Amino acid sequence: MNASEPSFLKGLDYSVVQQCMHCGMCLPTCPTYDATKLERHSPRGRISLMRAIADDRLEASKTFAEEMYFCLGCLACVTACPAGVNYAELFENARAEVEARGLLDSPRRNAIRAFTVKWLFMDHRRLTAVGRAMRLYQELGLQQVVRKSGVLNLLPRRLRELEAMTPPVQSRFSNELIAAVTPAIGVRRFTVAVLTGCAQDLIFSNVNLDTVEVLARNGCEVHTPPDQPCCGSLHAHNGEWALAQQLARRMIDCLPPEKFDAIISNAGGCGSHLKHYSKLLEKDPAYAERAKIWDRKLKDIHEFIVGVGFQAPAATGRPAVRVTYHESCHLSHGQKIVNQPRQILKSIPGLECVELPEATWCCGSAGIYNLTQPEMAGQLLERKIRNIRSTGARVVATANPGCLLQLINGCRDEGLEIRVAHPVTLLAEAYRDGK
Amino acid sequence: MALTENILRRVREIVGRDHVLTSREDLIPYSFDGTAALQSLPDAVAFARTTHEVAAVLRLANETGTPIVTRGSGTGLSGGSLPSPGALILCLAKMDRIIEVDAANLTLLAESGVTTVNIADAASAAGLFYPPDPGSMKISTIGGNVAENSGGLRGLKYGITRNYVMGLEVVLPDGEVLWTGNKCVKDVAGYSLRDLFVGSEGTLGVITRVLLKLLPRPAAKKTLVATFDQMDKAAQTVSDIIAAKIIPCTLEFLDRTTIRCVEDFAKVGLPLDCEALLLMETDGHPAAVEEEAAQMEACARANGAMDVRIAKDEAEGNRLAAARRSAFSALARVAPTTILEDATVPRSELARMIRFVDQVARKYRLRVGTFGHMGDGNLHPTFLTDERNHAEMERVHEAFKEIFDEAIRLGGTITGEHGVGVAKKGFLPKFAGDASMRVMRELRRALDPRGILNPGKMFD
Ligand SMILES: Cc1cc2nc3c(=O)[nH]c(=O)nc-3n(C[C@H](O)[C@H](O)[C@H](O)COP(=O)(O)OP(=O)(O)OC[C@H]3O[C@@H](n4cnc5c(N)ncnc54)[C@H](O)[C@@H]3O)c2cc1C
Ligand code: SF4
Ligand code: SF4
Repeated sequence: MNASEPSFLKGLDYSVVQQCMHCGMCLPTCPTYDATKLERHSPRGRISLMRAIADDRLEASKTFAEEMYFCLGCLACVTACPAGVNYAELFENARAEVEARGLLDSPRRNAIRAFTVKWLFMDHRRLTAVGRAMRLYQELGLQQVVRKSGVLNLLPRRLRELEAMTPPVQSRFSNELIAAVTPAIGVRRFTVAVLTGCAQDLIFSNVNLDTVEVLARNGCEVHTPPDQPCCGSLHAHNGEWALAQQLARRMIDCLPPEKFDAIISNAGGCGSHLKHYSKLLEKDPAYAERAKIWDRKLKDIHEFIVGVGFQAPAATGRPAVRVTYHESCHLSHGQKIVNQPRQILKSIPGLECVELPEATWCCGSAGIYNLTQPEMAGQLLERKIRNIRSTGARVVATANPGCLLQLINGCRDEGLEIRVAHPVTLLAEAYRDGK
Repeated sequence: MALTENILRRVREIVGRDHVLTSREDLIPYSFDGTAALQSLPDAVAFARTTHEVAAVLRLANETGTPIVTRGSGTGLSGGSLPSPGALILCLAKMDRIIEVDAANLTLLAESGVTTVNIADAASAAGLFYPPDPGSMKISTIGGNVAENSGGLRGLKYGITRNYVMGLEVVLPDGEVLWTGNKCVKDVAGYSLRDLFVGSEGTLGVITRVLLKLLPRPAAKKTLVATFDQMDKAAQTVSDIIAAKIIPCTLEFLDRTTIRCVEDFAKVGLPLDCEALLLMETDGHPAAVEEEAAQMEACARANGAMDVRIAKDEAEGNRLAAARRSAFSALARVAPTTILEDATVPRSELARMIRFVDQVARKYRLRVGTFGHMGDGNLHPTFLTDERNHAEMERVHEAFKEIFDEAIRLGGTITGEHGVGVAKKGFLPKFAGDASMRVMRELRRALDPRGILNPGKMFD
């Protein structure tokens, strides 16, 4: 895009740009402002920059672009804002502007983005294939060998840290674990589809299995088509709107919303994006209407089972385990699902639930933020682990693959013997135990 | 005079180069405060971390005639921290240490960048109480509170920021550091300079430390919400409560428009079918609290309240108060630009003032949402408009002129708590009168002969 072409920010409805009345009520909830005390790193400051671009008072510059990628996209500011500012929309448009103008272009970044956002995460089969390769690397013990060999020490520090963060890939992915259709246990009350996700599927396919089981036990016939596309949240959050639209269309084709009572997501970040397909496809005549149906039917797993009423697991008589709950940003701030996961945890006999201080404060995972902004992400993780430690909990529950991974890495680095699990996993286990 | 490269270099030497901002992307976020429709770009922003640094910056500014605009968190509602032309913004948000909580003397000493909520929490952690709670308390700084002499929701019983300032450390425009006040309950040695700096809006000196008075925490608290089908009935209830010699800690009101916006955001179950809502709170000895709550409920019912609801516990009471604090920002849900005013009248004139605001809004065809600290006679009529609609903005200004004139006529003031800044500068001379204006000018000139502190604010 060159400067004369229409821009994303200028193209936005001005009422969205103008909505912020700069009261500052969002500042104390913004992790990047809290850490730096600089207005530029605050929601109010970022919005003022976006508005300055829309008003032609500022050129979209590299500094602006970097600022948009320093923002976690955690949406804590949306929860805090009394004025109803739609920061999510502003933020996605700002990043789209950055990408359309190529403000951060560099051969290295372009190559990484071409490989990940534009290739790997566009096709589930590619992702699975890469997953298999990683699995092999880990299963054959190569990872251990490589790690022990000291070869890694030759890598720059950043790459070494990245290697340490590579998640253990699951030995089986969802399509190997879960039938395309799982019948309801007992009377069938609903027909639902479960989204297996991309990162979720690779690293936490067990969570998908648990999700399907929990739904089946609560009277759902569960459809889990293999080879589901990625939901496109990665793309939308990283300024690739056209790709996000393409994936949304494929997703609707793969899981026709008309066929189901509900479409279930178990990943906070994906769900938050998946609920807004109608906005993404509003100008697409073939899909606009279906996308509206899609949005209506899309439910987070906790939201769904608490909404329709779920069966409480039977008591087992095991000693109590203390559990605490970390809120995924996009589940709490993006989807406003706050009480339901807690209700589920409280229903499980043998769990003693304690509140986590700053439960809604971002853990630093934030999509791929921990890869792009390791320093800030590290600070946030440290703070999160400190809070977790203060609860004395042996289990931390959280409902998003990015957070699960971030907390697993954080606990491991601190040498903490704390289990990190999805609430639905804990529920599924309780069902199995109580049988 | 614009900031020269030479001055900037010296500022960097004082505070460190990482603490000086000059890029356009860094400055735009400092080109406004909480006031609607005011904007101006500073030349640079510097962050001080010690009194020593503040003093060095002011010495340099005084020597070079550089305008300095002190800033806390930029939530001010009269344009106080809006950059003056060519100004260096001196931001104190990083001076955020609580230095001491003295439980024996009931005082707290803090740097001026500490947020109000952190002051309140630190007091609370020691079993004590810091009452002033402006709507912005989560982010406003104590320095900003002192400089604006801010009020809050508890003004009726507990007073305002001034009533809690026992001492101040102030850097004068020439860089000299002054201490005024101490931990003594009584002190009449010389002029009360401390009181001069409270409410000085960054025009007389830069406040770097604040010594605050704390109170024992009240043992009990009760929150009530009463709804009315007419604003007058709510106003009468307030008058009756005060006439019955009850001084509750909070008597806040919201009109229909404000209630809707607040409920839309906070979802605390406010009733939407009423014209006015009173949020009432009493605190103190448990027995007294029970009795006062019952009396307030009776007053509301006697005035035909539609409903009186009592918060079931302190947590619900806190949620209601927090919802009320969001009122001003929440009004922005329904209009792009919200211009709020701060007219204050003696409590006996409140009902009359509210009716007047309503008439004026109709006369100028403006949408208005009104809320405020009813127990203090402090109204916040907020016009819901769009700054790009110039014709309507003209009418807003005309409407405010009438409202201010009426407030003065009723023995009130043009601003109860938000300060003069630039927003009300034009109205000050008429309100204050020639003699007061002369004294204020001479005082300012005496302390700041070169006029470097917040030039163009309050009065010329
Ligand atoms: C949503 C909202 C609700 C509000 N509710 C209330 C309320 O209930 N009651 C009320 O009274 N006000 C209220 N305000 C107004 C505002 O928050 C207060 O005036 C507050 O005290 C400003 O603090 P600040 O740190 O943001 O100061 P700033 O806005 O940064 O500065 C305000 C003024 O103080 C000066 N100043 C700041 N720090 C210093 C210092 N250390 N030394 C010398 N001068 C200094 C500045 O130069 C400026 O003139 C509200 C504002 C908002 C946005
Ligand atoms: S985003 Fe909302 S809370 Fe933050 S400054 Fe703007 S209006 Fe206020
Ligand atoms: S999304 Fe998170 S990091 Fe970004 S401005 Fe909002 S609160 Fe701050």
